[in-house]
Amino acid sequence: MTTATAGREVTYLEAISQALDEEMTRDERVFLMGEDIGPYGGAFRITEGFQQKYGEWRVLDTPLSESGFVGAAIGAAMMGMRPVVEMQFADFISCAFDQITEVAAKNHYRWGAPVPLVIRAPFGGGVHGGPFHSECPEGWFFHSPGLKLVAPSTPYDAKGLLKAAIRDPNPVIYFEHKFLYRRIKAVLPSEDFIIPIGKADVKRAGSDVSVITYGAMVHLALEAAELLARDGIELEVVDLRTLIPLDKEAIYQSVRKTGKAITLHEDNKTGGIGAEVTALLAEECFDSLDGPIMRIAAPDTPVPFSTPLEEFFLPKVSDIVAAAKKLAAY
Amino acid sequence: MEVLETWKTVKRADLLQMYYYLRLTRALEDRITALYRQGRIVGGVYTGNGMEAISVGYASALERDDIIAPFHRDMGAFLVRGITPGEVVAQYLGKRTGPTKGKDGNVHMGDLKRGVIGFVSHLADNLPVATGVALAFRLRGESRVVVTNTGDGGTSRGDFHEAMNFAAVRKLPVVFFCNNNQYAYSTPLGLQMAVKDVVDRAKAYGMPGEIVDGNDLAAVYLAARRAIQKARAGEGPTFIECKTMRMHGHSEHDSAKYVPRELLEEWKKKDPILKAEQMLKQIGYADENTFREVGERVTKEVEAGVEFAEKSPLPEGPETLNGVFATDEEIKP
Ligand SMILES: Cc1ncc(C[n+]2csc(CCOP(=O)(O)OP(=O)(O)O)c2C)c(N)n1
Ligand SMILES: [Mg+2]
Repeated sequence: MTTATAGREVTYLEAISQALDEEMTRDERVFLMGEDIGPYGGAFRITEGFQQKYGEWRVLDTPLSESGFVGAAIGAAMMGMRPVVEMQFADFISCAFDQITEVAAKNHYRWGAPVPLVIRAPFGGGVHGGPFHSECPEGWFFHSPGLKLVAPSTPYDAKGLLKAAIRDPNPVIYFEHKFLYRRIKAVLPSEDFIIPIGKADVKRAGSDVSVITYGAMVHLALEAAELLARDGIELEVVDLRTLIPLDKEAIYQSVRKTGKAITLHEDNKTGGIGAEVTALLAEECFDSLDGPIMRIAAPDTPVPFSTPLEEFFLPKVSDIVAAAKKLAAY
Repeated sequence: MEVLETWKTVKRADLLQMYYYLRLTRALEDRITALYRQGRIVGGVYTGNGMEAISVGYASALERDDIIAPFHRDMGAFLVRGITPGEVVAQYLGKRTGPTKGKDGNVHMGDLKRGVIGFVSHLADNLPVATGVALAFRLRGESRVVVTNTGDGGTSRGDFHEAMNFAAVRKLPVVFFCNNNQYAYSTPLGLQMAVKDVVDRAKAYGMPGEIVDGNDLAAVYLAARRAIQKARAGEGPTFIECKTMRMHGHSEHDSAKYVPRELLEEWKKKDPILKAEQMLKQIGYADENTFREVGERVTKEVEAGVEFAEKSPLPEGPETLNGVFATDEEIKP
């Protein structure tokens, strides 16, 4: 367990851990549920030391039973608790799909009972996880009114968005990218802060082409921006941070400025969030566009295991550079 | 124990109160069925005709602060918890005064203020939810209990098993009822499960279970009371299988030709209201006059409810957009 210490760099993973720890200390209604999160500290060790600090019931090891424990979290949330559920891997969220989409998402709409629930879903590829440990399942839930979806890309956003998710009165799925866990570090403020849900963030300002992205792909876009700057092309990197509710204004503002848009994600291309952003831009920013909207995404296959296959599958910096150059030429 | 002897162990006032709810439930659902036949109901009608003793029995065994997560044939439980006939009919008519303001229909309703978790169509989904309600009680050290119910068909879903297992592992204060009415839509028990009694399923989770006559109000009530007491004392969950029979079709559009006539004839004699009246008379707690008075009272209440619902406004189209998300104010402690 790491506590907030001013001046020290923390990883994305530690930022998540800090957010959980601070929220549990701040609000005794907050409790954790999931597989192997107790003495073991979770598959990724995010809750290491939590059970000693908060006890067996507030850091509750569950049976291997995603539908069961998400359902239980919904019940506890309705009774005024603030459950935070850990999926061991986001891929296993499919077992709880029904509870999330039919019960949690529709509850308040149907009969007015809020479900203040957070589901943490370690997602994404680049870690040799294969078809069952690398998925990006956000697309499934993007189409389920009543849920909020967030996907931070930095330790700062990871901490602030998790705190905001825990304090939100609605079910929030928190997509945390496994590839970023130990690779991205930052110094965080020592005081309490949140990142409001529903607010995108321009991670790099630029005047020529907008890249609209989230999660680990933000870092790919930033790398591409460095390379493109040498050729005089200024990329603007818009990090959505929240997928539902989408910060449409931030997207429009960027594209109205640059007139060129690339959507970028690691999820499959068809029906992905990039497709929705593209449609929104066609509806709302048609007059500002100076070129076609381009989508960079994973192909429509499961995430493959073997290194050359996974490398082929995942979007690359070179894809972004090529797309941006093509657009800049319009 | 003799049936009559068990009835004698329940207080007269409690029995008469439950008898009233049996009658109110029957009268309300009969009236809704009649409205359906006249084409005045929006959507489907699923009744608990012949099964009223189960939901009236378990709901009556609870304290005010307890919670129910009912099933689609549990009208009695909604009424015992204080949802009014007017609200129920309004719900069926899609009116704004129903518990879901027109967002959902028939028994898909709930109200946290009255301790009712909204029913979800997806069968058995509310069982894990009920374990979470119990978990909240356990986490806060409250001596509250939640009762949930499922059909025989619902016990084949994974969520039933996940809920039973979790509740048993953590000894949560939840009571699982099952109304075994021998059919799930058209599917008979033998095609639903290979175990003889649904209660056999409880053994797999190390959960105590019992079988009761679901048409015997006092038997259901007493079994519920015992299980609730145990749960409240921290001794964990119980599974209670109520043997009963679905006397109407799956819903009112279903003629249920697949149910043998003789089976229905046989169960008609075991009607829970008839049985309650026989017992109340035998103990001397009530007579034909009482039954007639209760009948008149519930008819009046149901008619007032229908009138209220019919006079209530329909929601306006744009209300569709309300309520997708909860606001911060709603979860202020
Ligand atoms: C998961 C799911 N599948 C199918 C249905 C459609 N359906 C509604 S009620 C029902 C039969 C339920 O049988 P049972 O659980 O025995 O309850 P009963 O209606 O007999 O009281 C079916 C198949 C549903 N509501 N949920
Ligand atoms: Mg049945």
